[in-house]
Amino acid sequence: MKKLGNKKSKIEMRDISMEFPGVKALSNVDFNIETGKIHALIGANGAGKSTLMKVLSGAYDGYTGKIYIDEEFCNIRSPKEAKVKGIEIVYQEVDTALIPYLTVAENIMLNSLVNKMQGKQWINWQVINASAKKVLERLGVEINVKTIVEDLTLAQKQMVLIARAISEDCKFLILDEPTAPLSNTETEELFRVVRELAQNNVGIIFISHRLPELFEICEEITIMKDGQIVTTKKIQEVTVNDIVELMLGRQYDESFVKYPVELGETLFEVKNLTDQDFLIEDINMYVRKGEVVGISGLVGAGKTELCKTIFGALPVRQGEVLLQGQLINIKSPYRAVRNGLALVPEERRKEGVLVFEPVYSNLSAASLSNFTNILSFIKKRAERCAAKKMITELGIKTPSEGQKVAYLSGGNQQKVAVGKWLLADAEVYIFDEPTKGVDVGAKQDIFELIGRLVQMGKGVIYASCEVAEILGISDRTYVMYDGKIVKELETSQTSEQEILYYSTGGQ
Amino acid sequence: MEAKMKTSEVKVNVKQENKGSKALDFIEKWGTIITIVFLIVFFSVAMPEAFPTKTNVITILRSISIVTVIAIGITVSLTVGGFDLSVGSVATFADTMVMSMFVWYSMPVFPAIIISLLAVLSVAIINSLLIVKLKIPDMLATLSCMFIFEGVAMTYAGGGSISQGMSKLDGTPTTGTILPLFSKVGQAPYIIIIMLVVVVAVHIFLNYTKHGRYLYVVGGNMEAARLSGIPVQRYRTIAYFLSAILAGIGGILLASRIGSAQINAGAGYLMPSVAAAYIGYSFAGAGRANAIGTFFGAVLVGVLENGLVMMSVPYYSLNIVKGAVLAIALALTYFRKKD
Repeated sequence: MKKLGNKKSKIEMRDISMEFPGVKALSNVDFNIETGKIHALIGANGAGKSTLMKVLSGAYDGYTGKIYIDEEFCNIRSPKEAKVKGIEIVYQEVDTALIPYLTVAENIMLNSLVNKMQGKQWINWQVINASAKKVLERLGVEINVKTIVEDLTLAQKQMVLIARAISEDCKFLILDEPTAPLSNTETEELFRVVRELAQNNVGIIFISHRLPELFEICEEITIMKDGQIVTTKKIQEVTVNDIVELMLGRQYDESFVKYPVELGETLFEVKNLTDQDFLIEDINMYVRKGEVVGISGLVGAGKTELCKTIFGALPVRQGEVLLQGQLINIKSPYRAVRNGLALVPEERRKEGVLVFEPVYSNLSAASLSNFTNILSFIKKRAERCAAKKMITELGIKTPSEGQKVAYLSGGNQQKVAVGKWLLADAEVYIFDEPTKGVDVGAKQDIFELIGRLVQMGKGVIYASCEVAEILGISDRTYVMYDGKIVKELETSQTSEQEILYYSTGGQ
Repeated sequence: MEAKMKTSEVKVNVKQENKGSKALDFIEKWGTIITIVFLIVFFSVAMPEAFPTKTNVITILRSISIVTVIAIGITVSLTVGGFDLSVGSVATFADTMVMSMFVWYSMPVFPAIIISLLAVLSVAIINSLLIVKLKIPDMLATLSCMFIFEGVAMTYAGGGSISQGMSKLDGTPTTGTILPLFSKVGQAPYIIIIMLVVVVAVHIFLNYTKHGRYLYVVGGNMEAARLSGIPVQRYRTIAYFLSAILAGIGGILLASRIGSAQINAGAGYLMPSVAAAYIGYSFAGAGRANAIGTFFGAVLVGVLENGLVMMSVPYYSLNIVKGAVLAIALALTYFRKKD
């Protein structure tokens, strides 16, 4: 490990553009960062901050524009080239970067174990343990270097990754939403380490959705929106409200179909619900007949966990779920479905559809009993007939009902995932990020479909981190932060700013 | 509009990709049949006297019956994305049980069979307990069960074989006989008929009933199945019960064929059964474990074995060929798998 000097160093990203098929993820972005500073990078989902950081850390190659370090052009095209220049990144999903059954020391020294062995064949445990220990000491963190990484807490794993990053000659450290999974004390500890690093002349880029904490730790803030930089300011010059406004500040071109529906009596109620692992805590909510209830909150706020717990897909610690005033059993999704709940899950390809099965068997998967005779033989004609009807009704673009779902576009796959539940005829429909990866046309179709569901007197729970969608489709919305519902808002009387304010921990 | 354009572009791409590999598609779909036909033609030309005769056809069918029935069991376990390695031991266990019923306890045919099949269910119970409740990966759980019940069968038989006229573990002489009705089961045409009935029944069950569909859905995507409200664990359990029962039937057929219970008699059926099930995987473009495909897989293995034996390839070298066939079948299954 080299001792870092006090020489200032500066990265300039100039005119960076990056395009994904159909989306301009970054357009002409200029971004600067100096060593010794803690710089916040903020933006709504899809604003391009992660993309920008992936460009800087060499994870993406297909960008245009140039990166200069101390006025010298650096062609960073791979993680290795970024590392050589002293740029390290710690991603939010710590487990993807760690090897669980190796020790802390081995994980910290992984880079040198892989790249600096040259001709050596033997591993010198003493050297590895001692160097790892030294790195941790530099961070002021106490973890036994001989512990197996699997046994660490999430916060400790993060420290191991930070330690690995600075075990090399690290000048710039990117932290991608490091605090999202941490408790308050763990966050404090992280901040202490981050400050210490900054004092040691490391430049830190700090990505976070939790706005209040930025004021605690950052000196500068850059706000991104739609693949562009909105502004860079000193943190003292802005407030949480300013940031929210700058993050949004765009006109929505999406129009929402919202049929006026008379709200009926309470259909569905959740009381004091906490799941086994405290991913969500003490949830109280209700849905009336004909009502679309939004669940807003940022990524990681617990929306998906809430949807899954209500649906019986995550184990419940305590709490009650009532449908039409009756206590219902949600021990398993099987029970939930029998009771009249339906979930369109977030991870469509992993959880929502059977990609290798044809469209018709996907559509009938949740309601196959309706298409069987007394000996449970499938009435194939009836099944295909119902599938055809659903395909026309939802406008699913497929050559036939026998097409494998894998060959449909994302939006059409989503329609299949929704259509499955329309055939099953549930009472309460839970949508978890239904428009993720869906094109505009299909988005409209899904909104229209939700409109029709509530007209039939069903209840809809609509979880999304897209505030515009919540505003467009819901009657009422609950805002989640850190696994809890922090606010209930009437949609007609709220604004994007207000929802985002509560979503980012404002009180 | 732009988005819609993209969709159609994607579709075109998929089609082109398919076009480029049409030949491979064809081989994947009909490779089993082509190979069987090729083998039959080859052996018929090589041995026109012995191979293409009626007796030999019956010999082949009879010899693959047990493999097929056991392989159908494996097929059912494959439908839920599992893998039952314990089928060989289950067959041994059923063989031992049914023989002891006759020789030790002089039982009539049907009670003997029913008791043996009930005994075999204990394997299914342990398998599903290990897999569903204790969350052990399928192959490892059934591997343990394979050992356990190999041992149970051997312990039950006192470490030896059971055959007519042999005394019991404690030395008491036995008077029980293997009834003629039971011996008939293992002869042609009955054993062939039983095999075909099993194949057709399981084919209908898997393709035309709700339960069969659910098994495939569970195997296709367990999480999606669970979130569709399918009781996933129940269907996994059902699959292991079916595979145990089928392996048990295989064991009883084996007992009838050889008229005794030998140590580890069923063990040799595991590999050809696995091969049959995997050869059948891509049959007619199914792309998943299926009963008809498994049957043809067993035919392929049977024809190959029969022909090679006739060409005086020593029996101890056959495994080389059978193993290679399995490797080819697996390559065809996995090589083109995406995602």
